[in-house]
Amino acid sequence: MTKDRLSTRNLIGIKDLDLNDINLILNTAQQFKEVINRPIKKVPSLRDVTIANMFFENSTRTKLSFELAEKRLSADVVNFSSSGSSVSKGETLLDTVQNILAMKVDMIVVRHSAVGAAHFLSQKVKAQIINAGDGTHEHPTQALLDAFSIKEALGKVKGVRIAIIGDILHSRVALSNILCLVKLGAKVKLCGPPTLIPRHITSLGVEVDYSLDSILNWCDVANVLRIQTERMQLQYFPSANEYSEFFGITREKLDALNKQIVLMHPGPINRGVELSSDAADSPQSIILDQVENGVAVRMAILYLLANQANA
Amino acid sequence: MKKKANVLFDAEQLHRTIDRLCYQIIERHEDFSNTCLIGIQSKGAVLSDRIQRRLMELNKKVPAFHGKLDITFFRDDFRKDNKILQAQETEIDFLIEDRRVILVDDVLYTGRTIQAGLQALSNFGRPASVELLVLIDRRFNRHLPIQANYTGLKVDAIHEAYVKVELKEVDGSDRVLFYDAELIVND
Repeated sequence: MTKDRLSTRNLIGIKDLDLNDINLILNTAQQFKEVINRPIKKVPSLRDVTIANMFFENSTRTKLSFELAEKRLSADVVNFSSSGSSVSKGETLLDTVQNILAMKVDMIVVRHSAVGAAHFLSQKVKAQIINAGDGTHEHPTQALLDAFSIKEALGKVKGVRIAIIGDILHSRVALSNILCLVKLGAKVKLCGPPTLIPRHITSLGVEVDYSLDSILNWCDVANVLRIQTERMQLQYFPSANEYSEFFGITREKLDALNKQIVLMHPGPINRGVELSSDAADSPQSIILDQVENGVAVRMAILYLLANQANA
Repeated sequence: MKKKANVLFDAEQLHRTIDRLCYQIIERHEDFSNTCLIGIQSKGAVLSDRIQRRLMELNKKVPAFHGKLDITFFRDDFRKDNKILQAQETEIDFLIEDRRVILVDDVLYTGRTIQAGLQALSNFGRPASVELLVLIDRRFNRHLPIQANYTGLKVDAIHEAYVKVELKEVDGSDRVLFYDAELIVND
């Protein structure tokens, strides 16, 4: 039996969550998934909570997903994005946030290109902080929704063989996924060009396999990551074509396997690079389920954290 | 701290009362084609399963729709007494639009659970009517103007008292216990 409250009042990273926290979030998300499939998809739990979504980096899915989750919990929502704001006039992160807090905000969902931005805010301000991605560090809500989606597709996470394929080095999704899946008892292997796999990553309890063929034959689930060219200051591989040749997932490569694996991608997809269209849009892909589950999982996180306001 | 328990119902009395409640439902609903029996998690849901089964045995006909409702997300004390109750399943795979709903719970006390239940129900459509069935009605200390249509037993108890319904499916035995010094039972 899981305890019914979280051990933390902020969600900075999977690193801070214990197994009970993760299971509590996944179980609660299951109930919210039922809620968002009702004719009226709304519950009143957070009607006295005000949440600011502060996105200092671009986002489609995460931002919309958080906003929908907040609205379906009846919270009041304000949105901030750095483009078009006073950030361009030189206002610091802390000043920006403190000004928003002066308007009586209870929770802040923050995405920022700087590693540790969410942690920094959690040390400086009273509002509860939820990390929606900090640079190349963590993206905890994505990892939780990925775990939820795997559990939904296969009935369990423990013992499932999961391949994370692509740009591991620049991916906060990869790090949060590794931490979350290892805690849940999954077997995790990484695959990608050696230049995009961090050197000491195996210390997190995962293995590395540089051959796409062998990892696809091994895994039950392939979580395919985007090549994050916006974070690359160096040339990590010769060309997108060559990357696609060696590490891109295509229909042919999937058909060559003697089993059907589950395909995941956190989005946005670079079609034709890490994933071909006929693979991304095939029935074995749960990419759009991930998006649906994202709302339920974020509702669970907001709901459970709201109860920790005074913790 | 724990007070001595008095047994309000033993298994046989409990079964008899459930039978009476079943007959009352039959009396009022007769044709079950538009009736939804919805139990509030968790004991109300178990009780509604029991009623559904017993109706089948007594009547060969049961309410056409049967569901379970979890009201955790609709509680008005969320974030107030620092308690989260972990949500349980809601299983309502039908619309209650224009249907006759019987809401089932084990104990009616302050009425707040039922209020949350009514609010949660409204997410599944606009029912023709909603009735309330409870096994135990604690008449004092109601916070809201909510009354039951079908009542197993009315109990007059002061605030400190505690009534516990035990059902075989969850607790291993069928009985209703009352923890307090003063008790007056009106049947």
